[in-house]
Amino acid sequence: MNILMIFRVALRAIWRNKVRSLLTALGIIVGIAAVIAVIAIGNGASEQMKSSINSMGNNLVMIFPGSMRSGGMHMGAGASNTLTAEDGEQLAQDYPELVAAQTPMIRANAQVIYGENNWSTQVSGVGTGFPAVRGWNIGNGTFFTEEDVHAGKRVVILGQTVVDNLFPGIDPIGKTMRVKNMSFKVIGVMEKKGSNSMGQDQDDILIMPYTTVRRTLQNSVFNNVNQILVSLHDMGDLEEAKTEFTAMLRQRHRLKDGKEDDFNIRDMTEITEMVTSISSTITVLLGAVASISLIVGGIGIMNIMLVSVTERTKEIGLRMAIGARPIDILMQFLLEAMTLACVGGLLGTILGVVGAKMVGNIQNWPILITESSIAVSFAFSAFVGIFFGFYPAYRASNLNPIDCLRYE
Amino acid sequence: MLIEIKDMYKTYSMGDTKVNALDGVSLSIDYGEFVAIMGHSGSGKSTMLNILGALDQPTSGSYKLDGREVSTMSKNELARFRNRKLGFVFQNFNLLPRTTAIENVELPSFYGGVKISSEARRKRAIELLEMVGLGKRLYHTPAQLSGGQQQRVAIARALMNDPPVILADEPTGNLDSKATVEIVTFLQELNAKGITIIMVTHEPDVAAYAKRQIVMKDGKVDQIIVNSK
Ligand SMILES: Nc1ncnc2c1ncn2[C@@H]1O[C@H](COP(=O)(O)OP(=O)(O)OP(=O)(O)O)[C@@H](O)[C@H]1O
Ligand SMILES: [Mg+2]
Repeated sequence: MNILMIFRVALRAIWRNKVRSLLTALGIIVGIAAVIAVIAIGNGASEQMKSSINSMGNNLVMIFPGSMRSGGMHMGAGASNTLTAEDGEQLAQDYPELVAAQTPMIRANAQVIYGENNWSTQVSGVGTGFPAVRGWNIGNGTFFTEEDVHAGKRVVILGQTVVDNLFPGIDPIGKTMRVKNMSFKVIGVMEKKGSNSMGQDQDDILIMPYTTVRRTLQNSVFNNVNQILVSLHDMGDLEEAKTEFTAMLRQRHRLKDGKEDDFNIRDMTEITEMVTSISSTITVLLGAVASISLIVGGIGIMNIMLVSVTERTKEIGLRMAIGARPIDILMQFLLEAMTLACVGGLLGTILGVVGAKMVGNIQNWPILITESSIAVSFAFSAFVGIFFGFYPAYRASNLNPIDCLRYE
Repeated sequence: MLIEIKDMYKTYSMGDTKVNALDGVSLSIDYGEFVAIMGHSGSGKSTMLNILGALDQPTSGSYKLDGREVSTMSKNELARFRNRKLGFVFQNFNLLPRTTAIENVELPSFYGGVKISSEARRKRAIELLEMVGLGKRLYHTPAQLSGGQQQRVAIARALMNDPPVILADEPTGNLDSKATVEIVTFLQELNAKGITIIMVTHEPDVAAYAKRQIVMKDGKVDQIIVNSK
């Protein structure tokens, strides 16, 4: 008997017991749907995280203040106050072939007011290199200039969220608003950026020269900064840049040999790797759960195939009497189990894709359905069918013709 | 000789007790014969026929068909052998349920590894069904056919691969007298065309159609009667 013919027989046997077949295939359907949906959502999430990490800046290298030891006492990360805006300027000056742009950053929180409206937001004190470093352009108005920085002028640039909350329906450019009860002039609005990988709204921001933050908001006598952001020309230079920057900063900070760095240089590859490894761990875990449901589905198929073999003992006997070899009977039941599993796989794939898209729409999650995940789940369901169908099929093929014909 | 059986035993053991369903049978059947196997219930007729049909194996003894020893064949060889050499007709018809007459008749041609186009297969199945008088019932399923009609489908199926031998175990056992006569005359006609027929029955009227009667008793051949015609 050729495969096509056996396949037809198998399809017919499945079709005859529609409800039973559907219930049997349900395990596979749910399993495959879960695998497809989980992988689609997981892939989508990690793609989005990666792209939003990229959106944090162009070839970004971040320099943070490090821990500081003073008289044997460990002060913890960020405690050192030796990192200054001048460090960044010096880097840009000495390594023009490495550094594309740089900006210091000082952060503060502040209550901001315009007319009746008030809003609490994050204030970022930065340098003029900020738009280039973050790859984030001014949408309206202008960015502040080097002179504004030197003078510590009270000018601000707003993120879109701040505009939406403080200036509903009003053009904010040129308006005077209040930050911590001091008046500032709005000179620009940044382009809309969206949320970052942590789900933070990046547009909820107020930007002003770092000198202004220091003088007006912090009243600080120190001239240290929270962070220096450096944008490299080429990520290929990363290792070289790290070495050079370390050497220069150590020199500038007059660190003796043997003394540890009072700064940390970080880059995005570490964060990207972390995000990737977290999301792939989650995918593997959820995939394992889904595989268990596939195995349960497979056991369901084995169970129903054993029932089917018993029910059709007479048919097996008759087929053997008219010349079916053991292998013919084996193939018949194996193909039936495989078809059942594959039909389940097909329905599961459809359900998984539709389900993932629906969840994606409702939750506003990105969804990424790859052909490979569909191919793998399909192959897997066929494998489940063959694996769990083998025992019943083998049992059927090993029966004695006369015992089958006499079976009541 | 077509069939030669020597010293055949079939022993069933149920716990301590042993039943010799066949108790040293020797017999031979020639090409073109029409043999009826008779005997009381439990005398071993079905056991005998199942062994002849290679559906069952004897405990000991030799069985040669067409000069070949059957008892040493592998499962695959036996399947081929049944497919090419034998046609079966059962008391309870054994048609595939919910399957049309034509597909039931075609079934043997799917096994046995002979290449045949689906048109040729269909044509032969139709011819056979017309021959048994069911030309108008090609697409009926067993549930839509009477017992006599079902048995005729079964005969058509047995003939599908053109076997030299037909084995029938009480083919008329479930039929009324009119259908019985139809079926048994049909077998007689097939025999006239040269097919060897071995039929188990316990109705003397049916056995009378055969050329020879082998009467069994307690697993042994008790009597052989040659019908005078
Ligand atoms: N599978 C079996 N297990 C045990 N004993 C069996 C088995 N098959 C047949 N027998 C025994 O073998 C003997 C012969 O049985 P068989 O079926 O050949 O009789 P029969 O002549 O065909 O009878 P009937 O006319 O009633 O069909 C009986 O005594 C029966 O009990
Ligand atoms: Mg019997």
